[in-house]
Amino acid sequence: MSKNSFKVLRPGINTTFQDLGRDNLYHVGLPFSGAIDKRNFLIANSLITNKDDDAVLEFAYQGPLLEFSGSQTSIVITGNVNFKIIKKDTSEIKGECYRTYNLNNKDCLDIISTEKSVYGYLSVKGGFQINKFCNSYSTTVRAEVGPNDGKKIEIGQTIILNTVNSAIEKSLEYLNSKIEFIRVIKGTNFDYFSEDSIKDFTSKDFIVSKLTDRMGMRLSGPKIKNLKKTNIKSEGLGKGVIQVPADGDPIVMLSDHGTIGGYPKIAVVISADYDKLAQCPPGEKIKFKIVNLTEAENLYKIYTMETKNIINKIR
Amino acid sequence: MIKNIYNLGDAALYCDFGERVDKDTNLKVINYFNDIREKKITGIKNIAPSYNKLIIYFDLELTNYKKIKDTVENLDISTFDETKTKLVMIPVCFDDEFALDLERVEKRVGLGKKEIVNQLISQKYFCYMTGFIAGMPFLGDIKEKIRLDRLETPRVKVPKGSVGITEQFCNIYTFESPGGWNIIGNSPKKIFTKDQTKLTLIDPGDEVEFFEISKKEYSKFNE
Repeated sequence: MSKNSFKVLRPGINTTFQDLGRDNLYHVGLPFSGAIDKRNFLIANSLITNKDDDAVLEFAYQGPLLEFSGSQTSIVITGNVNFKIIKKDTSEIKGECYRTYNLNNKDCLDIISTEKSVYGYLSVKGGFQINKFCNSYSTTVRAEVGPNDGKKIEIGQTIILNTVNSAIEKSLEYLNSKIEFIRVIKGTNFDYFSEDSIKDFTSKDFIVSKLTDRMGMRLSGPKIKNLKKTNIKSEGLGKGVIQVPADGDPIVMLSDHGTIGGYPKIAVVISADYDKLAQCPPGEKIKFKIVNLTEAENLYKIYTMETKNIINKIR
Repeated sequence: MIKNIYNLGDAALYCDFGERVDKDTNLKVINYFNDIREKKITGIKNIAPSYNKLIIYFDLELTNYKKIKDTVENLDISTFDETKTKLVMIPVCFDDEFALDLERVEKRVGLGKKEIVNQLISQKYFCYMTGFIAGMPFLGDIKEKIRLDRLETPRVKVPKGSVGITEQFCNIYTFESPGGWNIIGNSPKKIFTKDQTKLTLIDPGDEVEFFEISKKEYSKFNE
């Protein structure tokens, strides 16, 4: 019997295998990578009753169009995603996120787009037949490592699924909420910037620009003026670090960021708000608010508690 | 040895070893890096050594800034073990096709191509750190005669294998990438190997020496 599989009829814009990310390789230049929106990643695997660290397909803006071949499989999509299932007899089912669906031989899954957000997740019962690279299923395209030879999903390829026989029926009521502010902690070069610029940074709107991908998010808005020096000695970076190059437009480092950088760090997005920031599509306005370390730690406790509570509501 | 420790966001420790960028300072950073890695401290997820800084990322679900700071401050750090380092020989072709910024370098440093190449290949380099893109080594220090600033406008795409110089350093672009270093040659050698047991040929603390190859040798290198 042939294995369960998806044929990729349309790959989508940036569709990759991801999991919780890859630790302990910053020193060779490999960032954490992993699913950008960790909460939606975890919900996807919980709904389909996979393990927390099983791989999913992450897509951005436009997702893939996949034709299923095999006996039967269960899938779920999380995020704010517009998708449909086209049955073998050409009848269509409008898809709802946070609800599992069963696919039969020659059914197509058309992940049309993410709505007012960037990333969405497809989890399949039993997971994909792929190999880990350095303990992770995350694909880091820039370094050409991870499943699928380190590449994005491409048109015409076949994705093999692990065959499992159980059909899953689960759902969850969940709405991705927005927050008024993206909270940040002062960066290690916070005092390089003019008083007026700090005021602008913490009170004015910044707009997510089109120069945004899994590596980083460029913002436009009031120019941030540097009074000291616009380059520092190259040093490590991290997820959520906000650098300001000489042109005065901040760049937020996202999960596939370069591991070393030489621009001053004005601030760092708190761990609790990273998912929400990364889900802001180009054109969206954001505002920053400074909090201290203790507040950030408490907000992260609340964030993880919320995630657990959401997952506990799965029926 | 660490001058100051700050928090970088809520999930990382930023260890500052002082302003100086030289081999002595960097060896201290590498010592801390090696020791912390070997000790496998609970909650530490990643460590990024650079010239004079060490950034330690931890899992905020398992630990926090204060706990990791206390641990790092009370570590007993061994001295640098020179026997663990190696010399890596890297072939470089300096053909005009690859030397994208040769004219600029010649003008700025006032030397001809032959002399610039000779200055670069006549010594061994110390690897301060690797990163930015996977496996990219930051090597130094190059001779004063061939030092210059980076490009005013960085390239959107620096070709894979490019060998660049800027200030007291040289490097190798292990992947195609944006970048602002002055490109004077290209190496066909695969430095980021994707061998999971040994990802890179060059590690922080290693020595690197370049040797010149012809264009013909370059094109045959990966056959």
